[in-house]
Amino acid sequence: MTSARRAPAGQLDAEAIRKDFPILDRTIHDDTRLVYLDNAATSQKPRQVLDALSGYYERSNANVHRGVHVLAEEATALYEGARDKVAEFVNAPSRDEVVFTKNASESLNLVANMLGWAEEPYRVERDSEIVITEMEHHSNIVPWQLLAERTGAKLKWFGLTDDGRLDLSRIDEIITEKTKVVSFVQVSNILGTANPVEPIVRRAQDVGALVVVDASQAAPHMPLDVQALQADFVAFTGHKMCGPTGIGVLWGRKGLLDDLPPFLGGGEMIETVSMHSSTYAPAPHKFEAGTPPIAQAVGLGAAVDYLSAIGMDAIAAHEHAITEYAVRRLAEVPDLRIIGPTTAEERGATISFTLGDIHPHDVGQVLDEQGIAVRVGHHCARPVCLRYGIPATTRASFYLYSSMADVDALVDGLEHVRNFFG
Amino acid sequence: MKLDSMYQEVILDHYKNPHGRGLREGDAEVHHVNPTCGDEITLRVRYEGHTVADVSYEGQGCSISQASASVLNELLVGKPLERAEQIQGTFLELMQSRGQLEPDDAMEDVLEDAVAFAGVSKYPARVKCALLSWMAWKDATAQALGEGAAKEKTG
Repeated sequence: MTSARRAPAGQLDAEAIRKDFPILDRTIHDDTRLVYLDNAATSQKPRQVLDALSGYYERSNANVHRGVHVLAEEATALYEGARDKVAEFVNAPSRDEVVFTKNASESLNLVANMLGWAEEPYRVERDSEIVITEMEHHSNIVPWQLLAERTGAKLKWFGLTDDGRLDLSRIDEIITEKTKVVSFVQVSNILGTANPVEPIVRRAQDVGALVVVDASQAAPHMPLDVQALQADFVAFTGHKMCGPTGIGVLWGRKGLLDDLPPFLGGGEMIETVSMHSSTYAPAPHKFEAGTPPIAQAVGLGAAVDYLSAIGMDAIAAHEHAITEYAVRRLAEVPDLRIIGPTTAEERGATISFTLGDIHPHDVGQVLDEQGIAVRVGHHCARPVCLRYGIPATTRASFYLYSSMADVDALVDGLEHVRNFFG
Repeated sequence: MKLDSMYQEVILDHYKNPHGRGLREGDAEVHHVNPTCGDEITLRVRYEGHTVADVSYEGQGCSISQASASVLNELLVGKPLERAEQIQGTFLELMQSRGQLEPDDAMEDVLEDAVAFAGVSKYPARVKCALLSWMAWKDATAQALGEGAAKEKTG
């Protein structure tokens, strides 16, 4: 695909891209330029996505899969068209492997519940083991804790090294013959670490365990190929990749989706219903009870078109360059300690840090006054903060519209923070 | 600069030189957290009759939460319970005012240094930081006096 926004030599033109995002034009606090560095929490939306949302509501709004009138058929075509786009975006072998959910949390909860109610050999039960990692977002910890509590299964996890990587040295003791499922994050939302998928998948396959990958921080930023990953399930969310909130994705292998039981029951997910029993629609509809987030799916389809036109390789290269520059500039700030990998290798463009004894809340507040939006706190990954003995971090996260000037603004802003509390 | 309305000099002073920090003996201890941001406080109260004899605390958090605990210690220690509760209630009212309340002289008399937190009430995300220690104090007081009352009965 070609695009005006793709500059020569595979580099993207961040300045041209910024023009697609109306919000990046606004000023805050009396004419201060907005420097939006909270992309790991949610991304901003390009005009193309906003137009798809309003266009859907203005022209085609109807419920899906149940009417014979023109609007119902248009809405259904748009909703299912979005599924096609997402399937192509992640290189899924079949469009029926793409389940729409509300967000990545719901996708992960859906898998945990499928496995709790499944028949053998997938069923998680008393003598089963579940494996996660210490760098998971709470959304990939709590559903497994709930499943473990309800079934009596044992929850195990990979710890972290001092430099913010997964400690895989005991992989054969952690993933064992008892392991039914291994669920881990591809790119950490707090450390920025990009994890090695291949050795974990290989070990899981050796013992017959299912593999779930939380790709929430990967799908927006790099090419995602579910066939190359070789996982069984991949979860991600729309709003972090230029799409609207309220739409998430669970990709699952077709054979598994056919075999595993539904979680939520209701309209849309059935084949026939009597007062005694029901039979279910085939996947993916089996897992989409009730009226789905239709406009949001359409918006995600537009987001996927937008990202694909620019090129995920180009976006990844752009973010890598920004990360290289950011870790170098941040190293110049006195008392700043990066929590996570300190080089741009095998990491995403999300950088957490502490600044001397100044609490992240105070750092974030003084940065905000200068128009710089960062996230502060434990980033829904409290075990990581405990692991590194810190209460919280300040996190700057970049995206395709971020520029080197944004990095400079952050570094200047941090200097101001140090003076303010110094 | 607008920030100065939140980070008043009084607040920064309390943050840098906190009053009464450290855990000492008490009648009750509570641990409160602000789950959205990870601020934590462990707070103990000691009563002599119905007088606040000591409020000791240890915690980690932002300048607002730490300064607020320091101001609490300065204001409440030595006060009769009734007066302490009045101060707590007035502080709560100020912090929940969303910046709409302009403290008058009567309020300044009650709150003393704590009136400096008026600017914080404009920042919804920070109100919980300012209130953390005050809610902990209220909880600890309820526990301490509840137990005290029980002791009196058995004694």
